[in-house]
Amino acid sequence: MTTTRIELTVNGTAVTLTVGAHRPLLEVLRDELNLTGTKECCAVGECGACTVIVDGRPVNSCLMLAVEVSGRHVTTVEGLGCAGRMSRMQQAFLDRGAVQCGFCIPGMVVSATSLLEAEPHPSAEQVREGLSGNLCRCGGYNRIVAAVLAAAGEAPEETR
Amino acid sequence: MQAFDYARPATTAEAVALLTRHGDQARILAGGTDFVVRLRHGIETPGVVVDIKGLTDLPADVTEGGGSVRIGATAVMADLCRHPVLRARFPALVEAMSVVGSIQIRNRATLAGNVCHASPAADTAPALLVHDARLVIAGTGGERRMPLSEFVLGPGRTALGTAEIVTAAELPVPARPLGTAFARMTRRRGVDLATISVCCSVDADGVTRLGCGAAAPVPFLVTDISGILADVNAPGPARDVALDRLIAQARPISDVRASREYRLAMLRVLSRRALLAAAQRLAASQNGKARTGGADRGDRA
Repeated sequence: MTTTRIELTVNGTAVTLTVGAHRPLLEVLRDELNLTGTKECCAVGECGACTVIVDGRPVNSCLMLAVEVSGRHVTTVEGLGCAGRMSRMQQAFLDRGAVQCGFCIPGMVVSATSLLEAEPHPSAEQVREGLSGNLCRCGGYNRIVAAVLAAAGEAPEETR
Repeated sequence: MQAFDYARPATTAEAVALLTRHGDQARILAGGTDFVVRLRHGIETPGVVVDIKGLTDLPADVTEGGGSVRIGATAVMADLCRHPVLRARFPALVEAMSVVGSIQIRNRATLAGNVCHASPAADTAPALLVHDARLVIAGTGGERRMPLSEFVLGPGRTALGTAEIVTAAELPVPARPLGTAFARMTRRRGVDLATISVCCSVDADGVTRLGCGAAAPVPFLVTDISGILADVNAPGPARDVALDRLIAQARPISDVRASREYRLAMLRVLSRRALLAAAQRLAASQNGKARTGGADRGDRA
Protein backbone atom coordinates (compact mmCIF):
# COMPACT_ATOMS: atom_id res chain seq x y z
CA MET A 1 0.00 0.00 0.00
CA THR A 2 1.24 3.43 -0.83
CA THR A 3 0.50 6.53 1.10
CA THR A 4 0.12 9.88 -0.51
CA ARG A 5 0.96 13.32 0.79
CA ILE A 6 -1.92 15.70 0.33
CA GLU A 7 -2.23 19.40 0.92
CA LEU A 8 -5.63 20.92 1.33
CA THR A 9 -7.45 23.74 3.06
CA VAL A 10 -9.90 22.72 5.76
CA ASN A 11 -12.13 25.43 7.23
CA GLY A 12 -9.68 28.06 6.06
CA THR A 13 -6.58 26.39 7.47
CA ALA A 14 -3.90 24.80 5.30
CA VAL A 15 -3.40 21.14 6.21
CA THR A 16 -0.78 18.64 5.09
CA LEU A 17 -1.44 14.95 5.62
CA THR A 18 -0.06 11.60 4.58
CA VAL A 19 -2.92 9.22 3.93
CA GLY A 20 -3.59 5.81 2.43
CA ALA A 21 -5.23 6.19 -0.97
CA HIS A 22 -8.14 4.00 0.09
CA ARG A 23 -9.22 6.24 2.95
CA PRO A 24 -12.45 8.16 2.46
CA LEU A 25 -12.43 11.90 3.08
CA LEU A 26 -15.04 11.35 5.81
CA GLU A 27 -12.74 9.05 7.76
CA VAL A 28 -9.76 11.37 7.43
CA LEU A 29 -11.77 14.40 8.57
CA ARG A 30 -13.00 12.55 11.64
CA ASP A 31 -10.02 10.39 12.60
CA GLU A 32 -7.02 12.43 11.47
CA LEU A 33 -8.29 15.98 11.85
CA ASN A 34 -10.66 15.27 14.75
CA LEU A 35 -13.49 17.08 12.97
CA THR A 36 -16.22 14.81 14.29
CA GLY A 37 -19.10 17.13 13.45
CA THR A 38 -19.31 15.40 10.07
CA LYS A 39 -21.20 12.16 10.70
CA GLU A 40 -20.89 8.70 9.25
CA CYS A 41 -24.29 7.12 8.82
CA CYS A 42 -25.10 5.13 5.67
CA ALA A 43 -21.58 5.49 4.22
CA VAL A 44 -22.91 4.86 0.70
CA GLY A 45 -24.10 8.32 -0.35
CA GLU A 46 -27.76 7.93 0.49
CA CYS A 47 -28.32 9.89 3.70
CA GLY A 48 -26.25 13.10 3.50
CA ALA A 49 -25.09 13.00 7.14
CA CYS A 50 -21.48 13.30 5.92
CA THR A 51 -22.13 16.33 3.69
CA VAL A 52 -19.21 18.77 3.44
CA ILE A 53 -18.51 21.58 0.99
CA VAL A 54 -15.63 21.05 -1.45
CA ASP A 55 -14.71 24.07 -3.57
CA GLY A 56 -18.12 25.59 -2.94
CA ARG A 57 -20.21 22.49 -3.62
CA PRO A 58 -21.92 20.13 -1.19
CA VAL A 59 -20.73 16.55 -1.60
CA ASN A 60 -20.90 13.27 0.30
CA SER A 61 -17.55 12.93 2.05
CA CYS A 62 -18.15 9.17 2.39
CA LEU A 63 -17.93 8.83 -1.41
CA MET A 64 -14.73 10.80 -1.88
CA LEU A 65 -11.24 9.56 -1.29
CA ALA A 66 -9.10 11.93 0.76
CA VAL A 67 -6.51 11.91 -2.05
CA GLU A 68 -9.14 13.42 -4.35
CA VAL A 69 -9.32 16.63 -2.32
CA SER A 70 -5.63 17.43 -2.53
CA GLY A 71 -5.33 21.11 -3.45
CA ARG A 72 -8.99 21.78 -2.69
CA HIS A 73 -10.93 23.77 -0.11
CA VAL A 74 -13.06 21.74 2.29
CA THR A 75 -15.60 23.28 4.66
CA THR A 76 -17.13 21.12 7.39
CA VAL A 77 -19.88 22.05 9.83
CA GLU A 78 -17.15 23.23 12.22
CA GLY A 79 -16.16 25.84 9.65
CA LEU A 80 -19.57 27.50 9.38
CA GLY A 81 -19.55 29.46 12.62
CA CYS A 82 -16.67 30.47 14.84
CA ALA A 83 -15.84 29.67 18.43
CA GLY A 84 -18.59 30.98 20.69
CA ARG A 85 -20.66 32.28 17.80
CA MET A 86 -22.85 30.11 15.63
CA SER A 87 -23.58 30.86 12.01
CA ARG A 88 -26.97 32.31 11.12
CA MET A 89 -28.09 28.88 9.90
CA GLN A 90 -26.91 27.12 13.05
CA GLN A 91 -28.69 29.72 15.21
CA ALA A 92 -31.88 29.31 13.17
CA PHE A 93 -31.85 25.54 13.73
CA LEU A 94 -31.49 26.16 17.46
CA ASP A 95 -34.18 28.88 17.59
CA ARG A 96 -36.68 26.78 15.64
CA GLY A 97 -36.12 23.58 17.60
CA ALA A 98 -35.12 21.88 14.37
CA VAL A 99 -32.94 19.32 16.13
CA GLN A 100 -34.31 16.07 17.50
CA CYS A 101 -31.72 13.30 17.87
CA GLY A 102 -29.25 15.54 16.04
CA PHE A 103 -27.36 13.00 13.98
CA CYS A 104 -28.45 14.34 10.58
CA ILE A 105 -28.15 17.98 11.63
CA PRO A 106 -24.52 18.75 10.69
CA GLY A 107 -25.22 17.51 7.15
CA MET A 108 -28.52 19.39 7.07
CA VAL A 109 -26.86 22.62 8.19
CA VAL A 110 -24.07 22.25 5.62
CA SER A 111 -26.53 21.53 2.80
CA ALA A 112 -28.82 24.36 3.90
CA THR A 113 -25.92 26.81 4.08
CA SER A 114 -24.88 25.80 0.59
CA LEU A 115 -28.47 26.15 -0.64
CA LEU A 116 -28.74 29.74 0.61
CA GLU A 117 -25.48 30.66 -1.07
CA ALA A 118 -26.96 29.56 -4.40
CA GLU A 119 -30.50 30.74 -3.66
CA PRO A 120 -30.64 33.38 -0.90
CA HIS A 121 -34.45 33.53 -0.82
CA PRO A 122 -35.76 30.04 -1.48
CA SER A 123 -39.37 28.93 -1.34
CA ALA A 124 -40.33 26.09 1.02
CA GLU A 125 -40.39 23.81 -2.01
CA GLN A 126 -36.87 24.88 -2.99
CA VAL A 127 -35.69 24.19 0.56
CA ARG A 128 -37.22 20.70 0.43
CA GLU A 129 -35.57 20.09 -2.93
CA GLY A 130 -32.26 21.51 -1.68
CA LEU A 131 -32.30 19.20 1.33
CA SER A 132 -33.60 16.13 -0.53
CA GLY A 133 -30.15 14.52 -0.30
CA ASN A 134 -30.29 14.68 3.51
CA LEU A 135 -32.39 12.20 5.45
CA CYS A 136 -33.75 12.78 8.96
CA ARG A 137 -34.84 9.50 10.55
CA CYS A 138 -36.65 11.41 13.28
CA GLY A 139 -38.82 12.83 10.52
CA GLY A 140 -38.26 16.36 11.73
CA TYR A 141 -38.42 17.92 8.31
CA ASN A 142 -41.00 20.63 8.92
CA ARG A 143 -39.00 22.36 11.61
CA ILE A 144 -35.83 21.98 9.58
CA VAL A 145 -37.48 23.65 6.59
CA ALA A 146 -38.83 26.37 8.90
CA ALA A 147 -35.32 26.95 10.27
CA VAL A 148 -33.83 27.31 6.79
CA LEU A 149 -36.58 29.73 5.76
CA ALA A 150 -36.01 31.70 8.96
CA ALA A 151 -32.27 31.87 8.26
CA ALA A 152 -33.14 33.21 4.83
CA GLY A 153 -35.43 35.80 6.37
CA GLU A 154 -38.50 34.19 4.84
CA ALA A 155 -41.85 33.80 6.58
CA PRO A 156 -42.02 30.45 8.41
CA GLU A 157 -45.76 30.04 7.71
CA GLU A 158 -44.81 28.98 4.18
CA THR A 159 -44.04 25.56 5.61
CA ARG A 160 -46.68 22.93 5.97
CA MET B 1 -11.91 -0.59 2.63
CA GLN B 2 -9.06 -2.66 1.23
CA ALA B 3 -5.88 -0.70 0.44
CA PHE B 4 -4.91 0.14 -3.12
CA ASP B 5 -2.51 2.37 -5.01
CA TYR B 6 -3.74 5.61 -6.50
CA ALA B 7 -2.66 7.16 -9.75
CA ARG B 8 -3.70 10.49 -11.19
CA PRO B 9 -2.30 10.58 -14.72
CA ALA B 10 -2.20 13.86 -16.65
CA THR B 11 -2.86 12.50 -20.13
CA THR B 12 -5.08 9.86 -21.68
CA ALA B 13 -2.00 8.10 -23.06
CA GLU B 14 -0.55 7.84 -19.54
CA ALA B 15 -3.84 6.53 -18.22
CA VAL B 16 -4.06 3.91 -20.99
CA ALA B 17 -0.45 2.89 -20.25
CA LEU B 18 -1.30 2.44 -16.56
CA LEU B 19 -4.37 0.38 -17.43
CA THR B 20 -2.31 -1.72 -19.84
CA ARG B 21 0.40 -2.35 -17.24
CA HIS B 22 -1.97 -3.29 -14.42
CA GLY B 23 -4.61 -5.13 -16.46
CA ASP B 24 -7.41 -6.58 -14.34
CA GLN B 25 -5.87 -5.04 -11.21
CA ALA B 26 -6.66 -1.51 -12.37
CA ARG B 27 -9.98 0.33 -12.08
CA ILE B 28 -10.97 3.75 -13.39
CA LEU B 29 -12.24 6.42 -10.99
CA ALA B 30 -14.26 9.38 -12.27
CA GLY B 31 -16.93 10.76 -9.91
CA GLY B 32 -16.80 7.69 -7.70
CA THR B 33 -20.43 7.84 -6.59
CA ASP B 34 -21.01 4.24 -7.65
CA PHE B 35 -17.42 3.02 -7.62
CA VAL B 36 -16.56 4.05 -4.04
CA VAL B 37 -19.68 2.23 -2.81
CA ARG B 38 -18.42 -0.90 -4.58
CA LEU B 39 -14.99 -0.40 -2.97
CA ARG B 40 -16.61 -0.09 0.45
CA HIS B 41 -18.62 -3.26 -0.07
CA GLY B 42 -15.57 -5.16 -1.27
CA ILE B 43 -17.21 -5.85 -4.64
CA GLU B 44 -14.20 -4.15 -6.23
CA THR B 45 -10.74 -4.91 -4.82
CA PRO B 46 -8.37 -3.19 -7.26
CA GLY B 47 -4.60 -3.02 -6.89
CA VAL B 48 -4.54 0.43 -8.41
CA VAL B 49 -7.20 3.08 -8.91
CA VAL B 50 -6.65 5.34 -11.91
CA ASP B 51 -8.30 8.72 -11.31
CA ILE B 52 -9.10 10.30 -14.68
CA LYS B 53 -10.10 13.70 -13.26
CA GLY B 54 -6.56 14.97 -13.77
CA LEU B 55 -6.50 14.23 -17.50
CA THR B 56 -5.77 17.50 -19.29
CA ASP B 57 -6.54 16.24 -22.80
CA LEU B 58 -10.13 15.11 -22.26
CA PRO B 59 -12.85 16.93 -24.19
CA ALA B 60 -14.36 19.92 -22.39
CA ASP B 61 -17.65 19.46 -20.52
CA VAL B 62 -19.82 20.28 -23.54
CA THR B 63 -18.72 21.09 -27.09
CA GLU B 64 -20.85 21.34 -30.21
CA GLY B 65 -19.62 20.82 -33.73
CA GLY B 66 -19.85 18.62 -36.79
CA GLY B 67 -23.52 17.90 -36.21
CA SER B 68 -23.10 16.50 -32.73
CA VAL B 69 -22.67 17.53 -29.12
CA ARG B 70 -19.81 16.00 -27.18
CA ILE B 71 -19.90 15.58 -23.40
CA GLY B 72 -16.53 15.05 -21.71
CA ALA B 73 -16.05 12.04 -19.46
CA THR B 74 -15.37 14.01 -16.30
CA ALA B 75 -18.22 16.51 -16.65
CA VAL B 76 -20.46 16.26 -13.59
CA MET B 77 -24.24 16.02 -13.73
CA ALA B 78 -24.82 19.29 -11.84
CA ASP B 79 -22.89 21.27 -14.46
CA LEU B 80 -24.40 19.36 -17.37
CA CYS B 81 -27.92 20.06 -16.06
CA ARG B 82 -27.22 23.80 -16.19
CA HIS B 83 -25.55 23.78 -19.58
CA PRO B 84 -27.48 25.91 -22.11
CA VAL B 85 -26.57 23.72 -25.11
CA LEU B 86 -27.86 20.57 -23.42
CA ARG B 87 -30.95 22.33 -22.10
CA ALA B 88 -31.76 23.55 -25.60
CA ARG B 89 -30.87 20.40 -27.55
CA PHE B 90 -31.56 17.51 -25.16
CA PRO B 91 -34.11 18.58 -22.54
CA ALA B 92 -35.14 15.01 -21.70
CA LEU B 93 -31.51 14.10 -20.97
CA VAL B 94 -31.33 17.14 -18.69
CA GLU B 95 -34.52 15.97 -16.95
CA ALA B 96 -32.95 12.56 -16.41
CA MET B 97 -29.66 13.97 -15.11
CA SER B 98 -31.46 16.35 -12.76
CA VAL B 99 -32.99 13.47 -10.77
CA VAL B 100 -29.84 11.36 -10.42
CA GLY B 101 -29.16 10.64 -6.75
CA SER B 102 -29.11 13.93 -4.85
CA ILE B 103 -27.51 17.35 -5.13
CA GLN B 104 -24.44 15.94 -3.40
CA ILE B 105 -24.29 13.03 -5.85
CA ARG B 106 -24.84 15.24 -8.91
CA ASN B 107 -21.93 17.43 -7.83
CA ARG B 108 -19.66 14.41 -8.31
CA ALA B 109 -21.33 11.91 -10.63
CA THR B 110 -20.41 11.92 -14.31
CA LEU B 111 -22.48 10.97 -17.33
CA ALA B 112 -19.72 8.66 -18.53
CA GLY B 113 -19.62 6.96 -15.14
CA ASN B 114 -23.38 6.44 -15.20
CA VAL B 115 -23.00 4.70 -18.56
CA CYS B 116 -19.93 2.64 -17.60
CA HIS B 117 -21.51 1.45 -14.34
CA ALA B 118 -24.02 -0.22 -16.68
CA SER B 119 -26.87 -0.40 -14.21
CA PRO B 120 -30.15 -1.59 -15.76
CA ALA B 121 -31.65 1.43 -13.97
CA ALA B 122 -29.07 4.00 -15.17
CA ASP B 123 -31.06 7.23 -15.27
CA THR B 124 -29.36 8.67 -18.32
CA ALA B 125 -29.46 5.52 -20.46
CA PRO B 126 -33.02 5.85 -21.82
CA ALA B 127 -32.40 9.41 -23.06
CA LEU B 128 -28.97 8.53 -24.45
CA LEU B 129 -30.52 5.61 -26.35
CA VAL B 130 -33.30 7.78 -27.76
CA HIS B 131 -30.65 10.23 -28.99
CA ASP B 132 -28.45 7.52 -30.56
CA ALA B 133 -25.54 8.39 -28.26
CA ARG B 134 -22.10 7.05 -29.12
CA LEU B 135 -19.22 6.63 -26.74
CA VAL B 136 -15.76 7.83 -27.65
CA ILE B 137 -13.27 5.26 -26.36
CA ALA B 138 -9.50 5.74 -26.07
CA GLY B 139 -7.18 2.75 -26.01
CA THR B 140 -3.76 1.58 -27.12
CA GLY B 141 -4.91 1.51 -30.74
CA GLY B 142 -6.15 5.09 -30.65
CA GLU B 143 -9.76 6.15 -30.55
CA ARG B 144 -12.92 4.24 -31.47
CA ARG B 145 -16.62 4.99 -31.31
CA MET B 146 -19.38 2.67 -30.25
CA PRO B 147 -23.15 3.15 -29.98
CA LEU B 148 -24.46 2.95 -26.42
CA SER B 149 -26.85 0.21 -27.57
CA GLU B 150 -23.83 -2.03 -28.27
CA PHE B 151 -21.70 -0.83 -25.37
CA VAL B 152 -23.84 -2.10 -22.48
CA LEU B 153 -23.77 -5.91 -22.45
CA GLY B 154 -25.51 -6.73 -19.19
CA PRO B 155 -25.90 -5.55 -15.59
CA GLY B 156 -22.50 -4.05 -14.73
CA ARG B 157 -20.97 -5.34 -17.96
CA THR B 158 -19.79 -3.23 -20.89
CA ALA B 159 -17.75 -3.66 -24.06
CA LEU B 160 -14.96 -1.51 -22.57
CA GLY B 161 -11.60 -3.26 -22.80
CA THR B 162 -9.27 -3.47 -19.79
CA ALA B 163 -6.96 -0.81 -21.24
CA GLU B 164 -9.66 1.51 -22.52
CA ILE B 165 -11.24 4.71 -21.24
CA VAL B 166 -14.49 6.35 -22.25
CA THR B 167 -13.39 9.91 -22.97
CA ALA B 168 -16.71 11.36 -24.09
CA ALA B 169 -20.29 10.71 -25.12
CA GLU B 170 -21.45 12.08 -28.46
CA LEU B 171 -25.06 12.89 -29.27
CA PRO B 172 -26.06 13.73 -32.83
CA VAL B 173 -28.00 17.00 -32.97
CA PRO B 174 -31.52 16.04 -34.10
CA ALA B 175 -31.85 16.89 -37.77
CA ARG B 176 -35.64 17.32 -37.59
CA PRO B 177 -37.90 18.87 -34.96
CA LEU B 178 -38.16 16.46 -32.05
CA GLY B 179 -40.25 16.43 -28.90
CA THR B 180 -38.69 14.54 -25.99
CA ALA B 181 -39.65 13.81 -22.40
CA PHE B 182 -38.38 11.72 -19.50
CA ALA B 183 -40.50 10.01 -16.85
CA ARG B 184 -39.25 8.10 -13.84
CA MET B 185 -40.81 6.33 -10.89
CA THR B 186 -39.01 6.03 -7.57
CA ARG B 187 -40.19 5.00 -4.12
CA ARG B 188 -39.13 8.31 -2.62
CA ARG B 189 -38.28 11.65 -4.17
CA GLY B 190 -34.55 11.90 -3.48
CA VAL B 191 -31.65 9.44 -3.51
CA ASP B 192 -33.36 6.38 -4.94
CA LEU B 193 -32.81 4.21 -7.97
CA ALA B 194 -35.48 4.14 -10.65
CA THR B 195 -38.21 1.54 -10.30
CA ILE B 196 -38.95 2.23 -13.97
CA SER B 197 -37.74 5.01 -16.25
CA VAL B 198 -38.74 5.98 -19.77
CA CYS B 199 -37.53 8.52 -22.29
CA CYS B 200 -39.73 9.19 -25.29
CA SER B 201 -39.13 11.10 -28.50
CA VAL B 202 -41.66 11.98 -31.16
CA ASP B 203 -40.63 13.51 -34.46
CA ALA B 204 -42.51 15.37 -37.18
CA ASP B 205 -42.70 12.22 -39.32
CA GLY B 206 -44.64 10.44 -36.58
CA VAL B 207 -41.76 8.23 -35.50
CA THR B 208 -41.92 7.45 -31.78
CA ARG B 209 -38.94 6.09 -29.88
CA LEU B 210 -38.98 4.79 -26.32
CA GLY B 211 -35.88 4.21 -24.23
CA CYS B 212 -36.72 2.03 -21.23
CA GLY B 213 -34.72 1.71 -18.01
CA ALA B 214 -35.00 -0.81 -15.14
CA ALA B 215 -37.25 -2.84 -17.42
CA ALA B 216 -34.74 -5.46 -18.61
CA PRO B 217 -31.13 -6.53 -17.87
CA VAL B 218 -30.02 -3.77 -20.25
CA PRO B 219 -31.77 -0.45 -21.00
CA PHE B 220 -33.40 -0.88 -24.40
CA LEU B 221 -34.77 1.21 -27.26
CA VAL B 222 -37.91 0.48 -29.26
CA THR B 223 -39.31 2.38 -32.23
CA ASP B 224 -42.81 2.80 -33.65
CA ILE B 225 -42.91 3.93 -37.27
CA SER B 226 -46.64 3.39 -37.77
CA GLY B 227 -47.36 6.91 -36.56
CA ILE B 228 -50.21 5.82 -34.31
CA LEU B 229 -48.42 6.59 -31.06
CA ALA B 230 -47.32 10.01 -32.24
CA ASP B 231 -50.91 10.85 -33.18
CA VAL B 232 -52.52 12.01 -29.94
CA ASN B 233 -55.91 12.08 -31.70
CA ALA B 234 -55.79 8.39 -32.68
CA PRO B 235 -58.30 6.14 -30.85
CA GLY B 236 -57.11 5.30 -27.32
CA PRO B 237 -57.55 1.51 -27.54
CA ALA B 238 -55.55 1.33 -30.78
CA ARG B 239 -52.77 3.40 -29.21
CA ASP B 240 -52.76 1.14 -26.14
CA VAL B 241 -52.39 -1.95 -28.33
CA ALA B 242 -49.54 -0.33 -30.25
CA LEU B 243 -47.80 0.71 -27.04
CA ASP B 244 -48.14 -2.74 -25.49
CA ARG B 245 -46.67 -4.30 -28.62
CA LEU B 246 -43.80 -1.82 -28.50
CA ILE B 247 -42.85 -2.49 -24.89
CA ALA B 248 -43.46 -6.25 -25.09
CA GLN B 249 -39.74 -6.97 -24.90
CA ALA B 250 -39.58 -5.66 -21.32
CA ARG B 251 -38.27 -8.33 -18.94
CA PRO B 252 -38.17 -6.62 -15.55
CA ILE B 253 -37.11 -8.35 -12.37
CA SER B 254 -38.84 -8.44 -8.99
CA ASP B 255 -36.70 -6.85 -6.29
CA VAL B 256 -36.89 -4.63 -3.22
CA ARG B 257 -38.19 -1.72 -5.31
CA ALA B 258 -41.09 -3.44 -7.07
CA SER B 259 -42.41 -6.71 -8.39
CA ARG B 260 -42.07 -7.69 -12.00
CA GLU B 261 -45.81 -7.24 -12.50
CA TYR B 262 -45.85 -3.76 -10.98
CA ARG B 263 -42.91 -2.70 -13.11
CA LEU B 264 -44.67 -3.89 -16.26
CA ALA B 265 -47.81 -1.99 -15.29
CA MET B 266 -45.85 1.17 -14.49
CA LEU B 267 -43.79 0.92 -17.65
CA ARG B 268 -47.06 1.29 -19.54
CA VAL B 269 -48.17 4.25 -17.41
CA LEU B 270 -44.84 6.07 -17.61
CA SER B 271 -44.59 5.40 -21.34
CA ARG B 272 -47.99 7.02 -21.84
CA ARG B 273 -46.99 10.04 -19.78
CA ALA B 274 -43.67 10.48 -21.54
CA LEU B 275 -45.33 10.00 -24.92
CA LEU B 276 -47.95 12.62 -24.19
CA ALA B 277 -45.38 15.12 -22.92
CA ALA B 278 -43.09 14.50 -25.91
CA ALA B 279 -45.96 14.92 -28.40
CA GLN B 280 -47.09 18.12 -26.68
CA ARG B 281 -43.57 19.52 -26.77
CA LEU B 282 -43.20 18.69 -30.43
CA ALA B 283 -46.50 20.45 -31.14
CA ALA B 284 -45.46 23.42 -29.00
CA SER B 285 -42.09 23.73 -30.72
CA GLN B 286 -43.80 23.64 -34.09
CA ASN B 287 -46.15 26.37 -32.91
CA GLY B 288 -43.13 28.33 -31.81
CA LYS B 289 -44.01 28.00 -28.16
CA ALA B 290 -41.61 26.65 -25.60
CA ARG B 291 -42.91 24.33 -22.94
CA THR B 292 -41.15 23.56 -19.73
CA GLY B 293 -41.69 21.00 -17.01
CA GLY B 294 -41.13 17.27 -17.03
CA ALA B 295 -43.46 14.37 -17.60
CA ASP B 296 -42.70 13.13 -14.10
CA ARG B 297 -44.31 16.17 -12.52
CA GLY B 298 -47.94 16.97 -12.32
CA ASP B 299 -50.13 14.74 -14.43
CA ARG B 300 -50.43 11.77 -12.11
CA ALA B 301 -52.57 9.14 -13.77
